[in-house]
Amino acid sequence: MNKTVNPNELTSDDDYGPLYAARKKVYPQSVHGTFRRIKWGLMAFCLGVYYFLPFVRWNRGLGAPSQAVLIDLPNSRFYFFFIELWPQEVYYFTGLLIVAAVALFLMNSVGGRIWCGYLCPQTVWTDLFYAVERLVEGDRRERMKKDKSSDPMKLERISEIVLKHSIWLLIAWWTGGAWVLYFNDAPTPVKELVTFQAPMIAYIWIAILTATTYVLAGFMREQVCTYMCPWPRIQAALTDEWALNVTYRYDRGEKRTSVKKAAELRALGEHVGDCVDCYQCVAVCPTGIDIRNGPQLECIQCGLCIDACDNVMTKIGRPKRLIGYDNDINIQRRQEGKAPVYRIVRPRTIVYSAIIAAVGGIMIYTLATRSLLDVNVLHDRNPVAVRLSDGSIRNAYTVRLLNKSGYDRVVAIDADGPANLTTHVVGIDSVTPDRPMIVIPRDSTSELRLLITAPAESNPEKSIPVRFHVTDIGLGEVATTTDNFVAP
Amino acid sequence: MTDHHGDIDSVTGKSTTGHEWDGIKELNTPLPRWWVISFYLTIIWSIGYWIVYPAWPLISSNTTGLLGYSTRASLAVELANLETLRGEKMAALAAAPLADIEKNPALLALARAKGRTVFGDNCAPCHGSGGAGAKGFPNLNDDDWLWGGTLEQIMQTIQFGARSGHAKTHEGQMLAFGKDGVLKPDEIVTVANYVRSLSGLSTRKGFDAAKGEKIFAENCVACHGDGGKGNPEMGAPNLTDKIWLYGSDEATLIETISQGRAGVMPAWEGRLDPATLKAMAVYVHSLGGGK
Ligand code: SF4
Ligand code: SF4
Repeated sequence: MNKTVNPNELTSDDDYGPLYAARKKVYPQSVHGTFRRIKWGLMAFCLGVYYFLPFVRWNRGLGAPSQAVLIDLPNSRFYFFFIELWPQEVYYFTGLLIVAAVALFLMNSVGGRIWCGYLCPQTVWTDLFYAVERLVEGDRRERMKKDKSSDPMKLERISEIVLKHSIWLLIAWWTGGAWVLYFNDAPTPVKELVTFQAPMIAYIWIAILTATTYVLAGFMREQVCTYMCPWPRIQAALTDEWALNVTYRYDRGEKRTSVKKAAELRALGEHVGDCVDCYQCVAVCPTGIDIRNGPQLECIQCGLCIDACDNVMTKIGRPKRLIGYDNDINIQRRQEGKAPVYRIVRPRTIVYSAIIAAVGGIMIYTLATRSLLDVNVLHDRNPVAVRLSDGSIRNAYTVRLLNKSGYDRVVAIDADGPANLTTHVVGIDSVTPDRPMIVIPRDSTSELRLLITAPAESNPEKSIPVRFHVTDIGLGEVATTTDNFVAP
Repeated sequence: MTDHHGDIDSVTGKSTTGHEWDGIKELNTPLPRWWVISFYLTIIWSIGYWIVYPAWPLISSNTTGLLGYSTRASLAVELANLETLRGEKMAALAAAPLADIEKNPALLALARAKGRTVFGDNCAPCHGSGGAGAKGFPNLNDDDWLWGGTLEQIMQTIQFGARSGHAKTHEGQMLAFGKDGVLKPDEIVTVANYVRSLSGLSTRKGFDAAKGEKIFAENCVACHGDGGKGNPEMGAPNLTDKIWLYGSDEATLIETISQGRAGVMPAWEGRLDPATLKAMAVYVHSLGGGK
């Protein structure tokens, strides 16, 4: 069934065409302007945070890690500046993921794919790799010429290629290296890595991240956005007519004519568009599309075509922003001679902001009021209850105490239930009767075996609730939990 | 492909396999090529597997395979690794005096964890997985101990057992007063009721307490002590408390007195290493009944 077809002859609904077309290499040209400056700034910020954050120190006192942001897997702790999270508190990450997702929706309803154009790691690293390429091999025209020339490879060209890939690999390697530092006290692995004494797993992670960075940013580039990333599809479903997108204002641009023709025609009093068909917007586009064809899936909304066209407009003395952030409604309105309207406060932006505020608020509240002392109690199941020689009944519990604070605590354990219960913790001779006291070292859990005995004559019913209080003797902080006392 | 009987289905134009059920014919739809290829590849793979790994049972052994792989060997290696991993902690446990282990939370946690697993493997068949015991097998969670409930006494019982045949084992047993003809049946009934009265249980109508006390003093006090408080030296239980190893009803007591009792606890020394024995003693003691 697969007959050979010339791809150029295919229409979009031709059923028998090949499913794949070869990639057309994109040679984005360098550009200067507002959006390029914003992109440089954000790139420096994002990469700066990623590469250097592990080296930021944070004093948590003796014995605790002094790294500001640390994922401590062996000890199951996550440190983020003054916050220290335990494995029981993964719900904070759930909250963070919700906020991140809704923030992405909010961004999208305000400014389309600004995430893609400015903040997405794929964009940031690809942009960086392009900058390196431009630095080593020259701008668009030179690169195209060099790639096309069929000369036998000159030494100069080979050294250029080697240099480019070396710098790329260096960046990629540093990217992988920085990742590893988040899981360890940063200066230590740096030392170990340099002296080849780091654990195997570190080298494996560095290798993986080096490879992915090098391949994704150096070779796959815009193909990741176009073919691999789900966000363009989801984004298309989430967007509405008010979202600002990079738009070619065809109401103003058409009909396209050359500069000279335009001047002639204008002199004759005819209507001509501002677009001079110079293809600058296409030359700078990192995804290799022509924005003048309208909104397209491939467009990552990086705004570079805006800068390119603005530069052209300035040169020919026409107003800027023939390409700019705009929405379809305004093109319509301008054609009808009405003033454009922009609306950022809309039901959906309000709802998104409210969700972010609510989830964020809950997280901040729970973080601020979270208890640094916790108690869990587990009733022994085998046997559930024991009758002692004097006829009294005893239940045993496994008590787990969590001290999440940075200091050792002395706590007292009380069990409230029916009258005349006696409490005993195995291994502890209580000073105060029935009030076992114990030291829980900082940042740790202690497991105790707690025995509660009810006298025979109290004749407890089948099951009575018992409340356990754990009181910090020094600070008065109390943690409470409930379980049952069961009779045989 | 093969079209059996040249039978062509008129609707689809495909050949059929020739199979027919209730007038419904099966179309001959061959498997996709990739599927068939994967199928053959798995067969080739399995042949390689037979050669490389142990696979074929022989009469008294099996083919060992080119790799010489053995799950037993790799288990042994893993267990050895685990031992080295735990070596330091277990050494600390072995070195610590028995009395101090419960006072040190880290050692106590280790001893309890170790003790629980060893208990499950070795003691649970008689004493139950949680040490709750059964008729004739003491409950280790309560505070009643035949051979004493201090750490040292528990340790000693675990090490040497009771009536285990070990040189240092606990000896002493309940005599068979009826079978051996020491007491007459009516005397046995009387003393059984007397024993029930010691722990506040009801007695048979017309039971002669004075006679019971006299029989008890002549025959039982030697082991169970004055007033029947028991004697851990001989494993003689306390007859005044609420805990009964074999049961407290009259019939059971008559059986006990007539036939005697001599439960056996095996000696564990030599079967388990000293640190493990220690962990087990601490575990049993920490169940709650330890004195
Ligand atoms: S069309 Fe413009 S905004 Fe879109 S990707 Fe290309 S340069 Fe960036
Ligand atoms: S850069 Fe501006 S003027 Fe040049 S082709 Fe693009 S839209 Fe037209």
